[in-house]
Amino acid sequence: MLFKTIGRYFIFLGALFTNREKFKTYYKLVMEECVLIGIGSIFLVVLVSTFMGAVTTVQTAYNMVSPLIPDYVIAQVVREMTVLELAPTVIAIIYAGKVGSSMASGLGTMRITEQIDALEVMGINSISYLVLPKIIASMMMYPLLVVVAGVCSLFGGYLVGTLGNYITPTDYVYGIRFVFQEFSVFFALIKSVVFAFLVSSISSYKGFYTRGGALEVGVASTQAVTSSVIAILIADYLLAQLLVGG
Amino acid sequence: MIEIKNISKSFNGKEVLHDISGVFHKGIPNLIIGASGTGKSVLLKCIVGLIKPDEGKVFYDGRNFTDADINLKTEIRREIGMLFQGGALFDSKNVEENVRFPLDILTEMTPDEKLDRVNFSLHRVGLENVNKKMPSELSGGMKKRVGIARAIVNNPRYLFCDEPNSGLDPQTAILIDDLIGDLTQEYSMTTIVVTHDMNSVLGIGENILFIYKGRKLWEGSNKDITHSGVKDFDDFVFANKVMSQIREK
Repeated sequence: MLFKTIGRYFIFLGALFTNREKFKTYYKLVMEECVLIGIGSIFLVVLVSTFMGAVTTVQTAYNMVSPLIPDYVIAQVVREMTVLELAPTVIAIIYAGKVGSSMASGLGTMRITEQIDALEVMGINSISYLVLPKIIASMMMYPLLVVVAGVCSLFGGYLVGTLGNYITPTDYVYGIRFVFQEFSVFFALIKSVVFAFLVSSISSYKGFYTRGGALEVGVASTQAVTSSVIAILIADYLLAQLLVGG
Repeated sequence: MIEIKNISKSFNGKEVLHDISGVFHKGIPNLIIGASGTGKSVLLKCIVGLIKPDEGKVFYDGRNFTDADINLKTEIRREIGMLFQGGALFDSKNVEENVRFPLDILTEMTPDEKLDRVNFSLHRVGLENVNKKMPSELSGGMKKRVGIARAIVNNPRYLFCDEPNSGLDPQTAILIDDLIGDLTQEYSMTTIVVTHDMNSVLGIGENILFIYKGRKLWEGSNKDITHSGVKDFDDFVFANKVMSQIREK
């Protein structure tokens, strides 16, 4: 059953690139999706990542009990956690919950109301027309959201760290810059592109093959989030092993 | 003309269609009728290629659609207009965008030409000043008419209607039937209507194919329905009191 689903998923991906429409058509659709994904998610991303950075700072400071460890290490830990995991991975899970479920339910509704059949009857490759723009837009917008999340997380950490007297502003900025490896940011962006692809393609797949009625649309939406989260976690491990593993 | 030859289809071992053949002529409404669950919509989906039949072939003016490659299939599909049971209008687009959609995708018309064509199609189905309304703001009958406008906007050679009258009041249903009949003649299209509405059968049923439990039991016109000689067909046709009284008279 699992192999059948995976096989069907790859056939679905293959259909993205066959019998495509004009470039102009996709350009417009991609731009529309970019607005939906980017603008629609920015508030949640800013909110979550700011608090994420703030909480990480407080927790790290709370655990730094040894007087031998300098304060700026708090900021260094916040930076590493933010760039390596919190911004790309945790936000990806939230992204799957918001954007992934929306994609699945949107396509599922189109399926049960015969809108997808209407496209097929017109001779349009509905997978390519409906799903390809979502995947492209997702892969364009999610890395930007990750960058925003990273900045907001570090800013949240700065605010709470300095206002709560856990760390001085000078130490925080020093810690943020201390032994900074540019590759970490590059690694986070690679992860964000992969996660964006997984969330958008898996959610679209689940929505596209919805059968039944409104109840099944809800089920497809839930499955989209569950499957996306599992895929994100597996991909996170594989990428870590592949790119920074020993 | 559309010709179907020996169409059979099963789902999970259950036979839904069995060896159905028939010819649907150009310029007249062709009706596929039968009770609910007899396989009418499955047959229509086999004809338009949304479902692949297990056996049998579909020919569009002699072109084998069932075995066609992707290019020929796309070419034929772009000559098709279809009205779905629920209208199948795109929720995110307004009426004008819905009707214009086939032109945006399939033609190289200028925006003005497209708008003219959209307005012409909407006018043809009796709708005006609704261009900017969203599908959620339309009544059931209006949705069907917008669906018809979208189906005919690209001058299709083949028109398919799946239960065009379902959920409509009798007067609106007759309006939709008349519209389908008129458009079929006007544009000389090959039109196939799936229905179980006896008003449609009597009104526009010039060529009728009766399906019963997945098999074709009878074929003829609305003039012949009172003397078909097929018991299951008679049971279907004369199920309501009005039809029974007509027969008795």
